[in-house]
Amino acid sequence: MVIKIATDVLIIGGGTAGCFAAHILGKISDYKVFIAEKANIQRSGCLAAGVNALNAYITEGHEPQFYVDYAKKDADGIVRDDLLLSMSKRLNHVTDILEKLGLVILKDQNGKYVTRGNRNIKINGENIKPILAKAARDNPNVTVQNHLNITDLKIVSDGSEHQTGQAVGAVGFDVNSGDYFDIDARVVLIATGGASGLYRPNNPGFSRHKMWYSPFNTGAGFAMGLRAGAEMTTFEMRFIALRCKDTIAPTGTIAQGVGAKQVNSLGEIYEHLYGLTTSQRLYGTVSENKAGRGPCYLKTDTISEEQESDLYKAYLNMAPSQTLKWLEKGTGPKQENVEIEGTEPYIVGGHTASGYWIDDHRATTVKGLYAAGDVAGGCPQKYVTGALAEAEISAESIVSFLKQQKQSEFSSLWNDENLKAGTEKILKEYEKFSANEEGLFSVESLEEAMQKIMDQYAGGICTGYSFNSYGLSLAKQKIATLEPLLGSLKAKDADDLLHIYELKERLLVCRVLIAHLEARHETRWHCFAENTDYPQKSKDWECYVNSKLENNEVKIIIRDLVKPGEVYEHTY
Amino acid sequence: MSIHIDRNLCIGCGRCSEVCPGNLIKQQPQPGDRHTKAEIKCPQDCWGCTSCLKECPRHAIKFFLGADVGGRGSILSYQKKGSSSIWRVKGTDGTFQEITVNTKEANKY
Ligand SMILES: Cc1cc2nc3c(=O)[nH]c(=O)nc-3n(C[C@H](O)[C@H](O)[C@H](O)COP(=O)(O)OP(=O)(O)OC[C@H]3O[C@@H](n4cnc5c(N)ncnc54)[C@H](O)[C@@H]3O)c2cc1C
Ligand code: SF4
Ligand code: SF4
Repeated sequence: MVIKIATDVLIIGGGTAGCFAAHILGKISDYKVFIAEKANIQRSGCLAAGVNALNAYITEGHEPQFYVDYAKKDADGIVRDDLLLSMSKRLNHVTDILEKLGLVILKDQNGKYVTRGNRNIKINGENIKPILAKAARDNPNVTVQNHLNITDLKIVSDGSEHQTGQAVGAVGFDVNSGDYFDIDARVVLIATGGASGLYRPNNPGFSRHKMWYSPFNTGAGFAMGLRAGAEMTTFEMRFIALRCKDTIAPTGTIAQGVGAKQVNSLGEIYEHLYGLTTSQRLYGTVSENKAGRGPCYLKTDTISEEQESDLYKAYLNMAPSQTLKWLEKGTGPKQENVEIEGTEPYIVGGHTASGYWIDDHRATTVKGLYAAGDVAGGCPQKYVTGALAEAEISAESIVSFLKQQKQSEFSSLWNDENLKAGTEKILKEYEKFSANEEGLFSVESLEEAMQKIMDQYAGGICTGYSFNSYGLSLAKQKIATLEPLLGSLKAKDADDLLHIYELKERLLVCRVLIAHLEARHETRWHCFAENTDYPQKSKDWECYVNSKLENNEVKIIIRDLVKPGEVYEHTY
Repeated sequence: MSIHIDRNLCIGCGRCSEVCPGNLIKQQPQPGDRHTKAEIKCPQDCWGCTSCLKECPRHAIKFFLGADVGGRGSILSYQKKGSSSIWRVKGTDGTFQEITVNTKEANKY
């Protein structure tokens, strides 16, 4: 069955940014909003288990520029100052809204937020997602369609070669009933988060999904944007997290919370030897392991009993597996230092700068398509509050976009013959997977193959994240051999269909990622992009590496850095 | 890393299936019973977020660590009472450890 929907605003992905954008749209307009969410907005996305702190906040005595400078230094200059500044200016404002919506934030006797370092504030983040979901649902003009997985944008093209088309809706299917959805929208916000599962994970067996980033954020937003001709930026700045061994639970709570230092197996503190940016902290640990001084730990064995019991609670509020691990082993962090490891690489615009190439209004290079949160590039260290700030900016931009467009113009766009044919083609593809005979390969086996290729040739865990040009060329060839196999997969039910599309998204993201890693001839960020052919950082690479798909080939575009004080604008 | 659903406690209300961020829990019809029972289709796909534990009105869902990440057979359960979240770890020897988190209190770290 094909279900037709028409709306003013389509939000793809009802996560952190998606829910908040729906909430803001309700405050500033009467537009009809339709949220398409592949799970259920109540607990979907990164915030499912809860979060530990608000990692992006302008603390007393600081200006938004302080946060811009920090994020820029951490990314060694490859950021968009304009995006960082417009985000930073709103961090505290969105925090106020979150508190009004019901988030518990720790305050001192004078009613001021208690800070953790100079950029974080302490919260109880266990129920942050239900709070945001309620805020979205409270907008009376919002329709939430849970369990609807979107695979493709609907793009009308005006036929000219250089002009990317206009986004006027999307197509997807219900992950339970298998019903197809054909959605017409006047404007689209993409908020599908980043991409995990590209590389062989830390625990490839039974606990394969015990990863840091949500295993259900599969890069759908990147893939549908790329296929629609959107420009992406800085995929080569991969994000690799330093996490508690096995449970892949956050380490910041221990490192910043109780001031635990990184030590090697000889008990030597090593972090100061490598530097303190996010990638350097990881590189230090990888280097100590390579030098035979691993495994590495956070030194917690000097903490008090009270600190230990507070850590148990803090982890239950965001990563319960870590507390379970401590309790079932019978040795908590006070008795035993906490072992740490690097995760597999992810593409996450909320931590590093990879994602859609957007302007300050959060407009992508595709007309009528806006992006916010982990899917949007150029603006690292966004975290929860940054995603909310971008959601608010994009909601405002969407309202001004809609005010400039006449309702009547859209009916002709929606009825475009080429558009209809394009939608038909996508629906036919869904049917084809269901009609296929069962063949030799399963989605699972192809996913495993992809993760192995990326791990071994494109800088995964097994090489300590380093790669060279030769290995990347092999990765490219091998990934290319998997893409045609995808067509033969059989979908026995809607779950299978979902997994086929998730694999399809990941394969495209891998292909684009490899092209980005190949393009940047330097090592600016250890581990994140460690090219052993070019082990040094180079002034020549103070630029953005961007990309788009042209005739299904990845085209690399080098762009000059947007200077501080400048505001980048698209020229279409 | 995964969950275990106690079939005897499950009443087939469907709340866990509704909320799982990976859509992993299915309702299976039971022969001779108009109620379904919840089942996790592929235990390896569980992220370990515990959303389903928090949603279950019968506390039928327990959480455990896979042996590959150091699990030794203990199970974690969750119960909400007023503004308290009660987490309980049951060891293989039948002993319990309990931690209560006040949901109105922020993390100290
Ligand atoms: C484990 C973890 C812990 C973190 N801890 C903290 C912390 O303590 N403090 C902090 O400030 N930040 C933290 N972060 C970062 C922060 O949570 C994220 O940066 C932020 O939530 C990203 O928001 P988003 O809206 O971009 O993505 P998400 O909130 O993940 O939303 C993406 C949504 O899109 C949906 N979706 C994906 N694909 C499709 C599709 N094809 N069709 C329909 N829907 C789709 C997903 O189901 C999901 O609901 C943490 C992140 C993780 C993963
Ligand atoms: S713990 Fe989370 S991912 Fe695992 S089954 Fe429950 S809701 Fe789904
Ligand atoms: S929430 Fe609990 S009772 Fe309801 S279906 Fe799931 S396991 Fe059964």
